[in-house]
Amino acid sequence: MNQTIFEPWNDPNEKPLIQFKNVTKRFGDFTAIDDQTFDIFEREFFALLGPSGCGKTTMMRMLAGFETPTQGQIILAGQDIAPIPPNKRAVNMMFQSYALFPHLSVWDNIAFGLKRDGMTRDAIGDRVAEMLKLTRLEKFAQRKPHQISGGQRQRVALARSLAKAPKLLLLDEPLGALDAKLRQDTQFELMDIQETTGTTFVIVTHDQEEAMTVASRVAVMDHGKIIQADTPQTIYEAPVSRYVADFIGDVNMITGTAKARNPGSEPQGDPTPPSMQPPEKRDDAASGTPQRLDPQPNDAGRWLHDKVLKFVLGPRSDAPKRLPPPDPTRDAPLASAQATPQPVEAAPGGLEIHWHEGAPPLIASNGDPALDGQTVTLSLRPEKMSISKTRPDAPNVLHGKVVDIAYLGNISTYHVELPDGLKIKAQATNTRRVSQRDITWEDDVWISFRDTAGVVLVE
Amino acid sequence: MRRLILIFVPYLWLLALFLVPFLIVLKISLSDTALAIPPYTPTLDLGAGWQGVKDFLSQLDLENFQFLTTDDLYWKAYLSSLQIAVIATLLTLLVGYPIAYGMANAPDHWRPTLMLLVILPFWTSFLIRVYSWMGILSGEGYLNQFLMWTGLISEPLTILNTPVAVYIGIVYTYLPFMILPIYAALERMDASLLEAAEDLGCSRLQAFWLITIPLSKNGIIAGCFLVFIPTIGEFVIPSLLGGSQTLMIGKVLWEEFFNNRDWPVASAVAVILLLILIIPIILFQRNEQKQREAEG
Ligand SMILES: Nc1ncnc2c1ncn2[C@@H]1O[C@H](COP(=O)(O)OP(=O)(O)O)[C@@H](O)[C@H]1O
Ligand SMILES: [Mg+2]
Repeated sequence: MNQTIFEPWNDPNEKPLIQFKNVTKRFGDFTAIDDQTFDIFEREFFALLGPSGCGKTTMMRMLAGFETPTQGQIILAGQDIAPIPPNKRAVNMMFQSYALFPHLSVWDNIAFGLKRDGMTRDAIGDRVAEMLKLTRLEKFAQRKPHQISGGQRQRVALARSLAKAPKLLLLDEPLGALDAKLRQDTQFELMDIQETTGTTFVIVTHDQEEAMTVASRVAVMDHGKIIQADTPQTIYEAPVSRYVADFIGDVNMITGTAKARNPGSEPQGDPTPPSMQPPEKRDDAASGTPQRLDPQPNDAGRWLHDKVLKFVLGPRSDAPKRLPPPDPTRDAPLASAQATPQPVEAAPGGLEIHWHEGAPPLIASNGDPALDGQTVTLSLRPEKMSISKTRPDAPNVLHGKVVDIAYLGNISTYHVELPDGLKIKAQATNTRRVSQRDITWEDDVWISFRDTAGVVLVE
Repeated sequence: MRRLILIFVPYLWLLALFLVPFLIVLKISLSDTALAIPPYTPTLDLGAGWQGVKDFLSQLDLENFQFLTTDDLYWKAYLSSLQIAVIATLLTLLVGYPIAYGMANAPDHWRPTLMLLVILPFWTSFLIRVYSWMGILSGEGYLNQFLMWTGLISEPLTILNTPVAVYIGIVYTYLPFMILPIYAALERMDASLLEAAEDLGCSRLQAFWLITIPLSKNGIIAGCFLVFIPTIGEFVIPSLLGGSQTLMIGKVLWEEFFNNRDWPVASAVAVILLLILIIPIILFQRNEQKQREAEG
């Protein structure tokens, strides 16, 4: 898996395809884009995600050339694009409304851009045929846009914008008008097409699931600013602010006052505290990468193998590949498989969060002790919360009552109300644990989570 | 029952306002002139019963239509009217399209005002407006005074009583009929289509030809018919602005009616005119219907 990883943004030698340099866009005295600097790399599938009106379309329109930045520069392939008019840019856009030409057939719509390039008839015919095939529209070539369905129209718009093989394709809420099922299929189709054509895609969406599905990186926007631009996994696992955490997926947020914990209190039997890891490397079983869930020999097993069995069976063939170098962030969660809160002592250091008068503080050993005294929010994903009817032995335990259960097929989400009224969502797989099956409405339950399960947020 | 009435009402309307007058005119066109009131015979004498109707019908003939072919004044007048109507329609299109385009692209809050300005002339009498053009276009009129003041000309131009004046009058009078349908078509157009065209490599001008013009086609067609159809029969403008030079069938009609008091011949002229107009009217209806189908 690691060999094919695509992260040009981490490679200092990689030249970005697009650079925004302190770009500001104002409409009158309204600031739509507020001093943004960021890069997009070749072959990326970059998603702009944010609520309506946060400036996503404006960002795209500046790339396409329909708006010029009030301040700052946009560089495309090393060239400042400000003086280049839209019809001369190697950029094509798929419009939010599709903007298909109603008086032209599907074929002519797709051929429209090619004809402007002065290609020969045959070359145009070939290219259009290729595009029709790619988008599976061969049968509709002679129809007018009003004679085909919404999903087909959307594919015509995609084919038309891809026909000229642009360096950069801009997609403004391309799937907004499709129903859920078609939407999902089309997302995968888009990813396929992006991979086959090798085009750089910038997609605008207000649907977080869509962004997480298709994108290599997601930029979460709010009021004209990119709050965080990162891989979907990092955005999910290590949001930088409450806004991002709340925007992406389900989250529990508990706000309180942070207090630095004593780093010296060494608990027994845990030589590598996870607290030393930067948050984005923090990792646990929630990210279902198969290699991490593979059964691994424990220390005793390894010892047995190395000392005895090795001579009979030979070295374990998968040992070097499967066993990563000593990495506490991997080993730690393995020791306590997900949703099986074994007695784990909290690692030393980090923060205590005093969130409620009289309740024991929550321990976040991955929190930054420098936040001592500040108001912070502990953001916790529901799937990292365990629920049980008996009090478990875990670093963080909350007691409450089940007020709602959402059954989602293989998993259920329990809504638990704490005595002070705070509602916490905990998610659990349905088949895994018998003890949990009989949890029902109005039950008194215990919610527990590890000291590294949450992310401490200040903003 | 309700539905039947609903369907029936428009037909009743058509019957009362179009078919009945047409039949009356047709009847007169088949009669003969007479020094009487009304100035033609036969008149229908319903008091004589069925025999009266039979007598009446037996006296009708096509004499007046035959007469129209004997004098080349009539067909020349028809042809010249058609020619003037075609040229005037094209001129109105040339003037009206840019105005409609400008209105459709004006900021939203200006549009009601611009619309009002286009419709405003209808608030004064058509006759007065055409008369005032006489004041503008005559030898000592405002236009000549202005041009001489600017030094562009030293002698006054003869505009009044020439075909040019007729064209000016027609373009001025029928401009709103051209502007409004084109504006409606342009205003409905999605602005992102032009951006898409530009995005795909068109210049602004190409986008105009390839997108804007085809998409306003129905508006153009509607506007042209709305100008062309009434212009063919136009009478006031050529009489007031065209002088004796301009031959138009509307003027001929007027002269037959009121100067010669030959109602039957005048009616025959009117019937032929109507038959000529039916072709563009049907084409116009077809265009409207096609447009409705494309939208529905
Ligand atoms: N041409 C414009 N004139 C004035 N305000 C605009 C214009 N275009 C966009 N805006 C404003 O900029 C903000 C961002 O718009 P947009 O980029 O379309 O948002 P999004 O696509 O994220 O919904 C909105 O508040 C919008 O009202
Ligand atoms: Mg938008």
